[in-house]
Amino acid sequence: MRFTRTKAIIATAGLALSLAACGDAGEETDGPDVEVADDAASSFDDGTRMKELADAGTINVGVKYDQPGLGFKDAASDIPTGFDVEMAKVLVASLGIDPNDTSKVKYVETISDNREPFLEDGTVDLVLASYSITDERRQVVGQAGPYLVTGQQLLVAADSDIESVADVEGEEVCSVTGSTSLDNVEAEGAKPVGFDTYSECVEKVLDGTVSAMSTDGTILAGYAAQNEGDLKVVGDEFSEERIGVGYSQDYPEMCQWIVDTITEAYDDGTYEEAFNATLGPSGVDVPELPEMDACES
Amino acid sequence: MPARFGNPPERSGVSAVLDNLDLYFKAFGYTVFLFLVSAVLALVLGTVLAAMRVGPVSVLRTFGTAYVTLVRNTPLVMIFLFFQLGAPKIFDTLRFTWVDIHIGPYDFTSFFSAAVAALSLYTAAFICEAIRAGVNAVPLGQAEAARAIGLPFGGVMSQVVLPQAFRASVPPLASTLIALLKNTSIAGVFGVIEAVGRMKGFTNDYADERVGIFVAFALGYVVLVEIVSLLSTLLERRWKVA
Repeated sequence: MRFTRTKAIIATAGLALSLAACGDAGEETDGPDVEVADDAASSFDDGTRMKELADAGTINVGVKYDQPGLGFKDAASDIPTGFDVEMAKVLVASLGIDPNDTSKVKYVETISDNREPFLEDGTVDLVLASYSITDERRQVVGQAGPYLVTGQQLLVAADSDIESVADVEGEEVCSVTGSTSLDNVEAEGAKPVGFDTYSECVEKVLDGTVSAMSTDGTILAGYAAQNEGDLKVVGDEFSEERIGVGYSQDYPEMCQWIVDTITEAYDDGTYEEAFNATLGPSGVDVPELPEMDACES
Repeated sequence: MPARFGNPPERSGVSAVLDNLDLYFKAFGYTVFLFLVSAVLALVLGTVLAAMRVGPVSVLRTFGTAYVTLVRNTPLVMIFLFFQLGAPKIFDTLRFTWVDIHIGPYDFTSFFSAAVAALSLYTAAFICEAIRAGVNAVPLGQAEAARAIGLPFGGVMSQVVLPQAFRASVPPLASTLIALLKNTSIAGVFGVIEAVGRMKGFTNDYADERVGIFVAFALGYVVLVEIVSLLSTLLERRWKVA
């Protein structure tokens, strides 16, 4: 079908644009040093997916490459940075795998469209890619968490009159094509404008073509900090996104392990450290660990 | 799209589309508008370019050749990127903020205009070549006879050569226009919520119905392409030299 080919061309072009050349220097990230569990394999029951992964010593994790503060990879580094990535490292380390060894851990870029397909066909074992928990998604994949609850705000030019979401009715508001954020602003009466990445939206706000962009407040704060004096974040959060960890429904036992590992990371301070190192600079306080959903099995 | 369906059972329903039919049709409406406006502009520009390339003025011939070489060798996504991020920085008019037309539920603003500019400039290069092929198919004697009765170049082209050239060009022109119709999908990631942009929204919201959503949108394109090819067949039949 020609249509799939067109899609493939867009996807490839998008990838080509967002994929950066990889250097081979082991970049040190400024996140906390996660302690790798010794002899992790023996701590899991036989037959579980965690045991298999720990025995194999390798894992593929799906993360975002284009969301500063959550999952972001720049041209110079091998390992993406961000809060999602730090949480991924905590999970990987608990399997006894060194999360900074790229020969063992592959941080695969998952754009919003391919998070479910990648989990279903086994391309990745875990997805931590600002992955909101929804009922529809839980029909096809497993989602543990949430480990973070965020909400959507508006990013506008510093001299803009827009003060809250009520002011964008009838205005053009930019976000990523196909994202929940774009649907939410449409529901608020704004005219949705979709781009491939957030950075293109930022450009459009900076040059005044659109009046605002909208997505998670944490991401917007990062861009506001980057363009201090030109951009500002306004309004209260007008949506609630419960960010969770995606895993394959073939391995329901992973859910409890994810919940336990993240709870442990919160209790021993790794969570706070990770948050301060990634989202902290944008002026957001460390949140309480949200109450995580009970695992079914 | 998903490499594997079924296990665990995936609802392949299309209720996401059926419950939002208004959004579905509005999205394809944008696709159709993008196609129609770009097609008209590309046909006009492509014809002018073809005339330049077969014309007697060498500066224009060189320009036509250079345009086709440059634009046809550039990926469409790059042209879109140029009009969204590059051109506005160089010429303020190219931000297209002066375009602000609203018809019913449709808004034709900066993003629609930039998409039209990218699509029509890109497609014009292909239209030019399709028409040039048609011009080459017109026997040389036709142009010579037209010149012999004293027609200037404009008259030779518009009254003798191009009418015959268009007839010969219908099949390749139809292919080019069908390609244009599908190329409009790139606008989905450049600010216009057309069919593919909306499809991405649906698959994001209704992850459990991805298959059905994909089929519904693919069908929409199939129908539109069929309409274009049907029209071209009709035109070809009607214009057949008796």
